[in-house]
Amino acid sequence: MKRELPLLLTAVIGLFMLLSFFVPHHVVSVPADFLQQCAVIVVAFGYVLGGANALSVNLSAIARRQPDWPYKLVLVATLLFTVLIGLKEGRHWQDGNTISMFLYNQLYSSMQATMFALLAFFIASAAFRAFRVRTVEAGLLAAAALIVMLGRVPIGDQLTAWLPEPVRLGAVQDWIMNVPQNAAKRAVLMGAALGVMATGLRVILGIERSYLGGGD
Amino acid sequence: MNLSWLEKLDRRWLFLIVGVLVMGPLLRPIGVPLGSSKPVKQFHDAIAAIPEGAIVLMSCDYDPGGKPELVPMTRTAFRQLMERHCRVVITCLWTGGSGLVDETIEGMAQEMRAEGKDIVYGRDYVDLGYKAGYEAVMVLMGKGIANAFPQDQRANATSSLPLMREVRDYSSFAMLVNISAGYPGTKEWVQQVNSRFHLPMVSGCTAVSAPEYYPYLQSGQLRGLLGGMAGAAEYEKLRGEKGSATKGMDAQSLAHAFVALCIVLGNVVQWTKRRTTP
Repeated sequence: MKRELPLLLTAVIGLFMLLSFFVPHHVVSVPADFLQQCAVIVVAFGYVLGGANALSVNLSAIARRQPDWPYKLVLVATLLFTVLIGLKEGRHWQDGNTISMFLYNQLYSSMQATMFALLAFFIASAAFRAFRVRTVEAGLLAAAALIVMLGRVPIGDQLTAWLPEPVRLGAVQDWIMNVPQNAAKRAVLMGAALGVMATGLRVILGIERSYLGGGD
Repeated sequence: MNLSWLEKLDRRWLFLIVGVLVMGPLLRPIGVPLGSSKPVKQFHDAIAAIPEGAIVLMSCDYDPGGKPELVPMTRTAFRQLMERHCRVVITCLWTGGSGLVDETIEGMAQEMRAEGKDIVYGRDYVDLGYKAGYEAVMVLMGKGIANAFPQDQRANATSSLPLMREVRDYSSFAMLVNISAGYPGTKEWVQQVNSRFHLPMVSGCTAVSAPEYYPYLQSGQLRGLLGGMAGAAEYEKLRGEKGSATKGMDAQSLAHAFVALCIVLGNVVQWTKRRTTP
């Protein structure tokens, strides 16, 4: 029963949602709307669960004085502080100079920008040390990367301004993006769509059961 | 030529060069001339073709990580829509994005007010803020926008806002302008809304995700596409603006050229080493 009930629920709800796509009648559409609202609520609860999980994992690591526990302490303290400030300021967290806006603009926003800015430095280092052309395929990849990288920015056209327009870096880059890249991407998309359909059917029919977790 | 010293080059030198190449043009712009690619023109023309006074849905699905690429295109698209006297309903499906999106839109609206334009929150534009649920929210909005967003970002009841009284579901919108940094974003809007509710859409996205959306552009599901800061800068040029994307293009151009040089140099060093090693 522990396995059969979730399988039955999945099959019934899955089939019902498929049916709602084709049948606009209110007998189907009203319960389908209700189920979609349930999905939104479940996702929202996911954040609560995520927060509780982060607290549980990190608090136990701090209690056992695991390596790097001071960092976990900072994580827990900031998590609790942010939640408490959010609860205190409520829906007015964006009104003027609130603590929430300070945390958002001066910490969250700046730290995210820093993480992404670091990529520029590491990409340069990786390009110098790791992008090795050892085979014909790697050579083609490197050539395409160089053309797209330079062709996407204005300097690419400036460097090749002496060439006829159709063979300038910008034009060649456009061709790579529109023809070979697009063909490959479309094939990947179609493959992924077929995979999703097959997996969906397997889940609805109860053949795919890995989402139930291991053991009975 | 002996290039063995390059092989042992401390990577901090590379970091320093990248830092100088990025900071230099930001402090003293070079002004590399910008072109304008077809997808960007299509984006601009699609918005220009919206009937005056129409209501447009603008979903800004990003967080501060996408700020340099996506905020400039958000600002320019919002300004173009306002200048066409369109009314704009804004949403955000990214957890950390609603604050940034609200700040960006309100900043742009204030700039336009300072220029003497009559733009009123609630009448000309509404920010519905963030809603958790990814694709489920997109489908739920198809059954009623107020159903999915009972309150706006400022805690007003959606039904109390004059603009929202004219909005029922996707059929109320003339177009969807999606500014996207990844998941959920353009791909999901195409799959869940464009194909199901037949809402025409254009997209502005990060450079890294642009290749993924080219098939949708070629199939006509996307009416236009802005890819990364370069797309945003070209869009600013088409609109006759000099925003932060245009200012950033010098730095990005030099950084791209340097990364290309690193790939070539790294391989030249390896080839010379292989040839000289017995």
